[in-house]
Amino acid sequence: MGRVAIIGVGQSAFVRGYPGSIRELAFEAFREAMEDAKLEVKDIDASIVASAPEYDRQRSPAGVIAEYLGLIPQPTCYVETVCSSSTTGVIMAYSMIKAGLYDTVAVIGFQKMSEISSMEVQERMGRGADIQWESPFGTMMPAYYAMYARAYMAAHGLTLEDLAAVRVKAATYGQINDKAVYRKPVTMEDFANPESRLAGPVASPLRVGDCCANADGSSCIILASEERAKAVCEKPVWILGVGSASEAVNMTGRPDLAKGLRVAIEAASKAYKMAGVGPKDIDVAEVHDCFTIAEIMAYENLGFAKPGEGKELIRAKETYKEGSIPVNVDGGLLSKGHPIGATGGSQVRTIVLQLRGEAGPMQVKDPEIGLVHNIGGVGLYGNVIIMGR
Amino acid sequence: MGKEKVEDTRFSRFGVVSFTALTKVNDFVDYLEQGKLMGTRCKVCGKVFFPPRADCYSCLSSDMEWSEVKGKGKLLSFTKLSYAPVGFEGELPYTLGLWDFGDYKVFGWVSKEIPEEELEVGMEMVPRVVKLSDDRLLYEFVKA
Ligand SMILES: [Zn+2]
Repeated sequence: MGRVAIIGVGQSAFVRGYPGSIRELAFEAFREAMEDAKLEVKDIDASIVASAPEYDRQRSPAGVIAEYLGLIPQPTCYVETVCSSSTTGVIMAYSMIKAGLYDTVAVIGFQKMSEISSMEVQERMGRGADIQWESPFGTMMPAYYAMYARAYMAAHGLTLEDLAAVRVKAATYGQINDKAVYRKPVTMEDFANPESRLAGPVASPLRVGDCCANADGSSCIILASEERAKAVCEKPVWILGVGSASEAVNMTGRPDLAKGLRVAIEAASKAYKMAGVGPKDIDVAEVHDCFTIAEIMAYENLGFAKPGEGKELIRAKETYKEGSIPVNVDGGLLSKGHPIGATGGSQVRTIVLQLRGEAGPMQVKDPEIGLVHNIGGVGLYGNVIIMGR
Repeated sequence: MGKEKVEDTRFSRFGVVSFTALTKVNDFVDYLEQGKLMGTRCKVCGKVFFPPRADCYSCLSSDMEWSEVKGKGKLLSFTKLSYAPVGFEGELPYTLGLWDFGDYKVFGWVSKEIPEEELEVGMEMVPRVVKLSDDRLLYEFVKA
């Protein structure tokens, strides 16, 4: 059975308040991926569209977007795992090609978070978890990650400075990523100064600066069979391993919070096994840093650090571009912004560009194997994808 | 004439804002009214659930009995919120917590009587039912 490659990647700029409709937003990433792959629309056998539907006004957006992109009458469908929707789409496309059903599949992730009013966003926030048993207490996403952060601080001596250091790293690269929504530098002093906006409390111990920004954006990943990829692509990036997992929505069903996210551990172990590689073989990684604590947990759950020792990686700057395991050197969700349905595709794009040596000022030195860790909800869903040249 | 349909909306009284009106475990609210916090236990395999469930995924039975949350819970984590979703703004600031009871865990509010500085991961606490305005019911935790 042949391999599956990524032959084209695209991403819109991630912005606040995109001045267009969702189909136009999707077109931006699609055009870039098609130009990258040097394909025509007739070459795409099927498409998969991903977003988080609570932010959409359009019902069943797949058909609408497929039509706008010129991808009819080819089959299309919609897929959703909240913030990990587009990597779920990539894994589905991988499976369809592997099964021999199609040769070339486009995965289009998008989110126009500004599609609905901020009041509507506030209302949906409360329904982001278990609406029967947790939402009646007034929960929100930052509160859940804050509970993980607190457990880490109590169990492993993680400090507020460690969390701030993750944001400082993200901002280092956000400044050189012209597709990022947050381009400003961030320093440790920004967190130490109580007057600073970034130091303001959100859900203790997390502060404004520990949280990623909402954004509008789109991403597009084009996958192809080995035969197809070799015929049309000079630098195919091969999918070496994929893994996915699910978890209890309610916090009462979670194992020890100080061990991070079980979905990430599960998904990573499957992906490593399938790829036949281990954490030490990864040269560059994109992890789901929706909050600073999430990146520290990812270091451990992916095996870059031992349990409880994730903080040591950021203290030693090992996850900077020059370090032993560069992580989120495109600014991550913290600086790039987090347009939910587009995020996973954007992470995949970054790794593909890195492996091709086309990441510009963000380029890591000669990486051979890259990894994407994309989480849906508060560790409700987890996808890990390992890629190689 | 058809039978008159009686609507059971007891669960819509649970919490500051309830997003669910009807569940097979609506009696949970009646127990709260009596000052009791209840989970369920599967009568077939003995598995204990909190929050309560009508069905057991372990043995696929729906033969459940109520079981009270008793004793002290160990505080696993907590967070004090400075922002809130719609409908909760008037409650700010409030603190969410997670407690370990051995066989199960409970998610809920930390009593506003306890300042955040006095909270510590690992401390023992006990639940109590709170009656909110507008005939609503919730539970929170106080020091054991
Ligand atoms: Zn049972």
